[in-house]
Amino acid sequence: MSAGPRFGVVVFPGSNCDGDAYHAVSTFPGVHVEYLWHKDTHLGNVEAIILPGGFSYGDYLRCGAIARFSPIMQAVSDFAHAGGLVIGICNGFQILLEAGLLPGAMLRNTGLKFVCRYVNLRVETSATPFTSACRAGEILRIVVKHNEGNYTTDPDTLARLQRNDQIVLRYVDAHGEATAAANPNGALANIAGICNEARNVFGLMPHPENSVEAGLAGGTDGRKIFQSMIDTLVRQR
Amino acid sequence: MSESTRGNPMSEPPSSRPPRQASLSAAIDLGLTAAEYERICTIQGGEPTFTELAIYSLMWSEHCGYKHSRPLLGRLPTQGERVLQGPGENAGVVDVGDGWAVAMKVESHNHPSAVEPFQGAATGVGGIIRDIFTMGARPIVSLDSLRFGELDGEENARQRYLFEHVVAGIGFYGNCIGIPTVGGDVAFEAPYAGNCLVNAMCAGLIRHDRILRAVAAGVGNHVVLIGSKTGRDGIGGASVLASQEFDETLEEKRPSVQVGDPFTEKKLIEACLELQENDLVVSMQDLGAAGLTSSASEMASKGNVGLDIYADRVPLREPGMEPWEIMISESQERMLAIVAPERLGSVQEVCARWDLDATVIGEVTDSGHLRVFFGGERVASIPARRLAHESPVERTPSFPPEHLVDEPVRFSETNGYPRPADLNATLLTLLAAPNIASKRWAFEQYDYIVQANTVQIPGSDAAVLRIKGTQRGIAFAADGNGRRCYLDPYRGAREAVAEAARNVSCVGALPVAVTDCLNFGNPEKGDIYWTFAETIEGMSQACEALATPVVSGNVSFYNESFGQAIYPTPLVVMLGVLDDVTRNIDHSFKREGDLVVLVGPLSETNVAVDGSEYQKTVFGRVEGRIPDVDLDLEARVQRTVREAIAAGILSSAHDCSDGGLAVTLAECAIGSGSVGGAAFDDPETRRPQRFLGATIAVETTMRDDLALFGEGSSRIVVSLAPDQLDNLCSLAGDVPLTVLGEVTGERLRPRVVAFPPRVTDWT
Repeated sequence: MSAGPRFGVVVFPGSNCDGDAYHAVSTFPGVHVEYLWHKDTHLGNVEAIILPGGFSYGDYLRCGAIARFSPIMQAVSDFAHAGGLVIGICNGFQILLEAGLLPGAMLRNTGLKFVCRYVNLRVETSATPFTSACRAGEILRIVVKHNEGNYTTDPDTLARLQRNDQIVLRYVDAHGEATAAANPNGALANIAGICNEARNVFGLMPHPENSVEAGLAGGTDGRKIFQSMIDTLVRQR
Repeated sequence: MSESTRGNPMSEPPSSRPPRQASLSAAIDLGLTAAEYERICTIQGGEPTFTELAIYSLMWSEHCGYKHSRPLLGRLPTQGERVLQGPGENAGVVDVGDGWAVAMKVESHNHPSAVEPFQGAATGVGGIIRDIFTMGARPIVSLDSLRFGELDGEENARQRYLFEHVVAGIGFYGNCIGIPTVGGDVAFEAPYAGNCLVNAMCAGLIRHDRILRAVAAGVGNHVVLIGSKTGRDGIGGASVLASQEFDETLEEKRPSVQVGDPFTEKKLIEACLELQENDLVVSMQDLGAAGLTSSASEMASKGNVGLDIYADRVPLREPGMEPWEIMISESQERMLAIVAPERLGSVQEVCARWDLDATVIGEVTDSGHLRVFFGGERVASIPARRLAHESPVERTPSFPPEHLVDEPVRFSETNGYPRPADLNATLLTLLAAPNIASKRWAFEQYDYIVQANTVQIPGSDAAVLRIKGTQRGIAFAADGNGRRCYLDPYRGAREAVAEAARNVSCVGALPVAVTDCLNFGNPEKGDIYWTFAETIEGMSQACEALATPVVSGNVSFYNESFGQAIYPTPLVVMLGVLDDVTRNIDHSFKREGDLVVLVGPLSETNVAVDGSEYQKTVFGRVEGRIPDVDLDLEARVQRTVREAIAAGILSSAHDCSDGGLAVTLAECAIGSGSVGGAAFDDPETRRPQRFLGATIAVETTMRDDLALFGEGSSRIVVSLAPDQLDNLCSLAGDVPLTVLGEVTGERLRPRVVAFPPRVTDWT
């Protein structure tokens, strides 16, 4: 195939950022993007998978808890274990946690309210396929919007995440400090995004797909996340 | 209603129910009058069945039948070059260019929200969204306009509860379904304590040639019910809740409130848009107030056909429901579709893909009647027109309310308006007033950015969205100041239209059309009916003058508790169009050294304390008479600012309204230092991290506090580079301009300078 990298966006019933993720990827020239239906069991020939934001299955029972049993999730899991790039945004992050592809769990925001807000994110590591186009320490401004983004895990896992450089994004203030006031949801250690040990699966609460076009309220900082993935896929060829 | 001792006569459990018989007393229990019952007997040629009676009671209720408002609503201008669909359909449709159109409508969910704020507000959002995709449009934006009682104090705990849960309910539904809530307005005034207002607006995008109308056609076609199963929730919502005042039976009315499931509605949107895009349905209609009854009778009446409904084929959520309950249930997330027999398989395939029921429950006939069958028996047969389009009309003998006065208050030290010693403190008091303070607490609970079209987030004069694939943008603003309408409903209504148009002009958009929600007390009272009529007249004149026809809307009466009515509140939602969306601007100061200029008059004929936030908050009064809007001047002020924005002359523009000039300037300064609440330097949105203040000198003959805090129409505060002032002057022509000062430093320093009274030339 001569065309550029091929992305797949999984559509669960109740996904509502699937269209935005599709649109965001399509703003990169030469990149192919297609939808993947939750009832399917094959991923076709995509090279990167986006689990989009939204309220899969209405967030009933627990965020992501039902979606993780969707027929397509077995294929996603196999793809991830084979080293394929998987990014879970917001509800997609929650699904990755429920599916055991990333460690930890989500609690309700400490404010007990849905929060839609611009946050400052410090890139903790550029040594991932999702942040390679960023500098470590760089600050991105992207919107969060969720009810359950209060990431938590046990102390051993947190220590392991830190040791392995798996914490990818942290909520910080305008000066780059990871303060309590800069944390929109109470997440442990101000964690906004983590990757797995193999570094090919990434979950984050902020919405980079709403931050790819100049002239819109979301700005363009989210482009760096997708650009990193595209660069990685191109390098791998 | 005289029966103040009962709750919902329709909500008793089945076991305690006597056999249902139609009778005059049953009719009165259902909210019908004796005269209406007599008329029903004439139409039916004898006593109706109970199912027929229940159907009539809903369709002839104020909520569905508009019996008091219909004769007056005809006055509103509804035609215009851009109007593709005016009132009478699920939503109005307006041309916005390049073959695109916007379907839009606002609707009240006041009564359910007062009884159960979370579900009441949530289902209000759900209902209005269905109206939009019923037209074939993809919903792209929501706005919500809210009114509650005062928030502060021990005695207002319920108001805080209502506010908190209404906002949570709106967020619950809108966030889940993935439609951005980008704006609206909130106000807190004592008269709303017993009846909060929840007006939900939705708009969608559609191609001109894809507009669907809810007209049944094709004898022999199937009637298909799509979506949720039917239960007993919301039975009598339209007649029991929305067409009566509140009294001590409020709590008993809870069963009349529906329960929302945004997850199902999200699937319903996707399935219905897919059905419409692939031409699999003849037409569609959502099930809202009065459920299956109103949907079926409206579709039949519009198409001059009949519909036979087999109530026992409707999928039920609970066993043992009677046919009349099935017919009037307001269970949410349901759609009615007319489907040709050869398309049925494809329709069911699409619905199955989205895990939705799609059940054939009837067929189109040539009888002209809505007929209902149950267990092989015909339980109702009513001419559809009589239900949907020929319900009775009432006119109330009317008279002006006693509190109205002809003259404005005398604003003087000796007449109860002493000048506050410290105007800085007064400004801080006003900025902290709930009606003026930032609404970030509310809008942060709404996803305002999903769908990737949002250009301006809440907090600005108007929400701005781009239309993907074009250069174009659309803007929305909602306005309706009940306090000011209370002092003069005619002037207040003119002002509401003018302000909504001004708000969209401030972002650079041309105001093109209105959807309105008219919230009033009991229309059977002469003063309320008079106020309603004055409002319609005022709105009509302003809409004509500003060339913004009313394309859809809603009337909500009976917003009264224990005989106390709300402030008359005509909510105006204005649609604006930007030919080039990149030319939009917002309200915040951008650059040190910019000039601050008032476009519009700065004179005592235009600015008054009457009905202002200053009068209410500082003096504790609501009295006098608000100034009238000069609609011709208003149009010219707005045009000046729009043309200046399009020419790239202006750095910012902000409507000068609540709190007057001083509050407006403070908002321009506050907006400069943050984006959505987070401080961050962003060269792209040209927003500096540092707050920008201004040094202002207002030269006026008015008392200084009135000049700073008085309110009036036709005023916009703009900022611009000094070398652009000449360009602004030539665009302004004879529109008054006043240079107020300069953007500088990090503090706002307003000063009022007494001015010789003979000088009247403001340019």
